[in-house]
Amino acid sequence: METTVVDEGLTKIDACHKAQETTIIGKRRPKIDAWPKAKGTTIYADDFTMPGMLHAKVLRSKYPAAMILAIDTGKAEALPGVHAVLTCKDVPNNNLRAKFGQSTDVGSNFEGLYRVLAESKVRFMGEAVALVAAESLKIAEEALDLIKVDYEPLPGVFDPIEALKPGAYRVGESESNVVSRFKVRKGDVEAGFAAADVIVENTYRVPFGDHAYLEPESGVAWVDEDEVINIRVSTQVIEHFRTVAEVVGLPQNRIRVIGTWLGGGFGGKEDITVESFLALLTLKTGRPVKLTYTREESLLAHGKRHPYIMKYKTGATRDGRLVALEAELISDAGAYTYLTPWILLYSTVNAAGPYNIPNVKVDTVSALTNNPFTSANRGFGAVQPNVAYESQIDELARVLGMGPLTIRQKNCLRQGDSLATNFKFDRYVAVAEAAEKAWQALGPVPESQDKNIRIGHGLAVGMMSYGRLTFLHDSSRCFIKLELDGSVVVRCGVQDLGGGQASTLCEIVSEELGIPLEKIKIYIADTALTPLAGTTTATRMLYMSGNATLKTARELKQRLLTKAEAMLGARAADLQIANECIVNPVDPEQQITLKEAIDACATDGIELFYEGQFNAPFTEVPTSEIISGPTFADFTFGCHAVEVAVDVDTGAVDVRKLIACFDVGKAINVLNVEGQLEGGAIYNMGYALTEDLIVEKGYLKTPSFSEYLIATSVDVPDVETIMIESGAGLGPYGAKGVGEPADNSIAPAILNAICDAVGVRITTMPATPERVFWAMQEQQQKSRQ
Amino acid sequence: MELQNEITVSVRINGTQFTAAAAPEESLLEFLRTRAMVMDVKCGCNKGDCGTCTLILDGQPVKSCLVLVAQANSKEVWTVKGMALDPLMQALQESFATHGAIQCGFCTPGMLVTARSLLADCPQPDRAAIKEALSGNLCRCTGYKKIVDAVAAVAACQASARVQGGRCRVWKQQ
Repeated sequence: METTVVDEGLTKIDACHKAQETTIIGKRRPKIDAWPKAKGTTIYADDFTMPGMLHAKVLRSKYPAAMILAIDTGKAEALPGVHAVLTCKDVPNNNLRAKFGQSTDVGSNFEGLYRVLAESKVRFMGEAVALVAAESLKIAEEALDLIKVDYEPLPGVFDPIEALKPGAYRVGESESNVVSRFKVRKGDVEAGFAAADVIVENTYRVPFGDHAYLEPESGVAWVDEDEVINIRVSTQVIEHFRTVAEVVGLPQNRIRVIGTWLGGGFGGKEDITVESFLALLTLKTGRPVKLTYTREESLLAHGKRHPYIMKYKTGATRDGRLVALEAELISDAGAYTYLTPWILLYSTVNAAGPYNIPNVKVDTVSALTNNPFTSANRGFGAVQPNVAYESQIDELARVLGMGPLTIRQKNCLRQGDSLATNFKFDRYVAVAEAAEKAWQALGPVPESQDKNIRIGHGLAVGMMSYGRLTFLHDSSRCFIKLELDGSVVVRCGVQDLGGGQASTLCEIVSEELGIPLEKIKIYIADTALTPLAGTTTATRMLYMSGNATLKTARELKQRLLTKAEAMLGARAADLQIANECIVNPVDPEQQITLKEAIDACATDGIELFYEGQFNAPFTEVPTSEIISGPTFADFTFGCHAVEVAVDVDTGAVDVRKLIACFDVGKAINVLNVEGQLEGGAIYNMGYALTEDLIVEKGYLKTPSFSEYLIATSVDVPDVETIMIESGAGLGPYGAKGVGEPADNSIAPAILNAICDAVGVRITTMPATPERVFWAMQEQQQKSRQ
Repeated sequence: MELQNEITVSVRINGTQFTAAAAPEESLLEFLRTRAMVMDVKCGCNKGDCGTCTLILDGQPVKSCLVLVAQANSKEVWTVKGMALDPLMQALQESFATHGAIQCGFCTPGMLVTARSLLADCPQPDRAAIKEALSGNLCRCTGYKKIVDAVAAVAACQASARVQGGRCRVWKQQ
């Protein structure tokens, strides 16, 4: 596979830039959207209304597996105030190949069926069956009750291992239950294990997870005077407009998606949510339509984090060198494919972790079941194997009587090393440094003050890519225009999830053009008006759009400097741009205001706008099940170290100290980076301890926040963050992405700390009090025998 | 006797009297968002789990999804937008923004209302008391540390402002 592109110019300029001091970049600074959010003036998706707006509701399947024999919508349609009742027969293109914002064709191995409304065979409980639009929400709800659906329940299959057996119930109409299979092969694992002094074998199970963003899925759509369907929606991917166009059978330029400031995303708003439904209903009724999910509906209807069953066998020599790793991963894709193949590919590449292991054999497979469909969730297939490989290495250290830091330092990847997939790290690899810093910050284990409380320390490292899979040929664009009064307009199709995505771009513009943030106005997330910047997913926005913005800002900067050169009789290379002035630092007499330079450019017809594109490295779509070569542009490395207190009477685990240490490359805005590291750690602290989306025979048993327990303020320690700034990232100023890597490695760190405290290895997450308690009981019984 | 399926409710919202017809089973939250168009009160779960709809009803913080609008009849409601001129709310807003306590911002209005009630009742809470007070308001983005930092900073600042007789400012432009 050939790696191409990489912006040479950008890298060179970055090298020069390092010598200079930054004025905005690297500071702690409130992001631009903080103020309106604090004042309560931000208009989220559901806060938007239009005159004559109808309200939509979705009828959802009450069975996880069933045939739909008939749907009678007559009574619902006759209800006064109802304007539309739609079923699959009303959808111009009900079945299509799902795209996820990528503009390249990546083939059927990496794209699955996207079905708008259930037809004939229902695949999961909560699957959309019919749509209603009515004058009020109340009427729409009443109409749902009047739609009569005749179901014939089917047996279904609810366990991916069962689903993979020959003769298993077929989830879909024709396709096999197997979604994808991948492999990694390096060395000879049999020989490796033969040479091992110790071998640890375990099977790990991780559960479904929900994103639990506080803003449920929502949007408003309308047809405008030019017959364009406008969809104002809370989404991580405005580029779903192409799929929506296909669904309704209109050209792509007749669908406009306007992304709102999101009330959280975490991957859960990466797939299409309400967009197609809204487009169909507004087309049918000619009226604006709003659709907002209830919390219960949100928990039921959007993709979950994949549960995995992970069989691991890891061998080491007496002195703690890893010699072989064999892993078999099975993921539950749920009822539809969505992003499962990509996520499984992430898991495959990450399966052996950031370690040098001479012999590696990884087999991964994903199966359809009649469970809720699974798709993107912060950590995207990297977090599941991380739980397994970091538990394994901890067990090896225990058997060998070695410290958790020592065994990791002995085996972890360093610059110049390669993954088992033969991806070579030419840049700094911070695993060892992060582990050491986090472990040191944790300090010694304190004495327990209560006889029923045991205190333990745990460590886990992690790696995760930032930027999309390189075979997706990812790119981003940014447009910048200098106004005559010296203010700036930025247009970039970035979706802002709350991570400071838009603000960071303004900060880059401010830094490069020497214009204060107050004078920069950014327009985001509009497929009609902002240059497309790709998805806000895959921890890619700073890397991709940050680079596009940097490139664009530097082009305009060059134009201004060239003009100043002529005006001042100085060399452009000697001039600096700061505080709305262009000045020669050696000869401050040589100085003009930025506005003077802009005026001169305008007078001479020099373009005061530019749209720049940044391309990630491109590779070919994998054609073999064996994964090899560069599948990602780069990785972020980090570590979590935790102190837990385990109550031996109840099994309850309290995380008392939590250190997150990450190589962020360069912190563009320290406040935002800390926010990601703190929030990410707590996000998956819940994954480790309390968040259990329980699905029994396809039925969701945890339909609200009373059952699905995310952390509250009293459950959390104050996360301590340590940032390493290696400058080794591919993003602007050497930054790496941190959004998703931030939630990696916290879960196994907690499991390892529990083991340190009470001596039991929890292999099934979450480590609820019951699980920990019974594991301790079982161990006591074993030791008595 | 005929069943009444519509009631008339009059609520003083952010200082302005608002009267409208409502369904008897309607929550205060629904009334505010769909009839009074008060959109800074958010709906995250509609069953009292998340706290995004927290507002002040007759001086007390409540989750408005759990209050029938009939219960709010002739009462007074304050939301974040209505408290724009309140010095304590302003200090909290500034502190939230400058401490990075706001990411997606969806929990922020409810969080601010709860924090203001805490500081109004208990001007110098310790971290544990702040966490306790905010425990009914979920936040999925921040991990809570920066929110607690923001509230603690205002509490500390209030204390010193009382001593010095000045206005509470928690942040200086860098």
